[in-house]
Amino acid sequence: MEAGMSCLTNPPPFWKNGPQPGGIYNFPNSSATHSNTSESQRSAYPIVTGTSVLGLKFNGGVVIAADMLGSYGSLARFRNISRLSKINDSTVIGCGGDYADFQFLSSVIEQRVIDEECLNDGFGFTPKSMFSWLTRVLYNRRSKFNPLWNVYVVAGYQDEQPFLGYVDKIGVAYEAPAISSGFGSHIALPILREEMEKNTNMNENEAIALVQRCMKLLYYRDARSLNKYQYAVITKTGAAIHGPVVPETNWEIAHLIQGYE
Amino acid sequence: MDSQMNELYGNNGPKQVHFSPYAFNGGTVLAVAGEDFAVVASDTRLSEGFSIHSRDTPKTYKLSDKTVLGSCGFHGDVLTLTKVIGARLKMFEHSHNKKMSTSSIAAMLSTMLYYKRFFPYYVYNIIGGIDDEGKGCVYSFDPVGSYEREAYRAGGSASSMLQPLLDNQIGFKNQEGATVVPLSKEKAVALVKDVFISAAERDIYTGDAIIVQVVTKDGVKTEQFPLRKD
Repeated sequence: MEAGMSCLTNPPPFWKNGPQPGGIYNFPNSSATHSNTSESQRSAYPIVTGTSVLGLKFNGGVVIAADMLGSYGSLARFRNISRLSKINDSTVIGCGGDYADFQFLSSVIEQRVIDEECLNDGFGFTPKSMFSWLTRVLYNRRSKFNPLWNVYVVAGYQDEQPFLGYVDKIGVAYEAPAISSGFGSHIALPILREEMEKNTNMNENEAIALVQRCMKLLYYRDARSLNKYQYAVITKTGAAIHGPVVPETNWEIAHLIQGYE
Repeated sequence: MDSQMNELYGNNGPKQVHFSPYAFNGGTVLAVAGEDFAVVASDTRLSEGFSIHSRDTPKTYKLSDKTVLGSCGFHGDVLTLTKVIGARLKMFEHSHNKKMSTSSIAAMLSTMLYYKRFFPYYVYNIIGGIDDEGKGCVYSFDPVGSYEREAYRAGGSASSMLQPLLDNQIGFKNQEGATVVPLSKEKAVALVKDVFISAAERDIYTGDAIIVQVVTKDGVKTEQFPLRKD
């Protein structure tokens, strides 16, 4: 399994049957293949982490959701933290991955929003500009081997159109009608996509109900999740973060699962 | 020292996650040059491992009315590279009051790729367009900027499946007594669709849809065609 996964997560070589880029400069007695090893130590792993973020477009808006757990490895360390952040009346971002990096970037964004406000020219972050900016910031940090260990889901409403975008720690970015990061991309995203295919013109209430169903499902299946989450709805009329929501759960059939003790 | 630590404490400490600045996001690009046209095509799937990020992310980028770029590989680098190319083309246009020619764009792209020789853009690029004489042209690149002009080229995840097919159908390679007929635009587009359908059958990183961009002296025409989505 390990070997199988590493070939998935690590990109294949640039070309086959030839030297790797820089490989021919491996002179005898020089141990380092990269001169960047000292830099790559800097922020090379996450500490307090958040799990999946879900996002879904509907007719006239977007809904995103994230639970409120900050995990410290397998320890459920912080159980009441917000991973959604409202930027303005048309933009909300959701964050997975390292929570400290999220707080750092949130403070940068907050200052930028204030600076824009002070200009008083009617301009500010739009969902698309926020998305573009985040993509550049995360890509530039990865290029310095000092990544912000996050996945961001940007949701908003711009030009009479809902917006939903994804950016990860190495600068892979895209827009899609349904997005999920992390474990949710295995558990929730197939359901979101199936329901969107069945109901191509989903309304706000149907979209919220679907996302709530997926959040509950993730609580059942994702060991790093919590049954307490927030969701944000962004439409023409504005953006609002709702919750914390604590869904009812049913463990009646749990005793039937045996043989793992 | 490490073995002593492990002996004393076991290996229960925080797991070190290795940071890799690259990912492979799949995708296939293809370009074919004809007498007075060029066809540039790509699929629209964006994947990572066994997951599909998006089913609608075309990897062809219209650079001008005469030039289309296909690029795939690590999507973060693709986004950055195409953004920088766009800026460079605007700067050129403002300082010379004309559009950059296809051959010049190809030469520029080569230097841009080689500039990052020791931390390369993990991107496979193929340019298709109309050259200064009005003839169709294709330029293919490796990730660090080596490039050449060719008649046809496939790049990206299914390139090793497409290229031999093109060698057979367009290049008439290793066929004795084959009559070499010049490629028509309609034949080229039909062939491109066929080879992508074949690639989508076997390559998990190719699928969902293809975008075909046909470049002629009159500009760029785009058509989309569905592929299998599994």
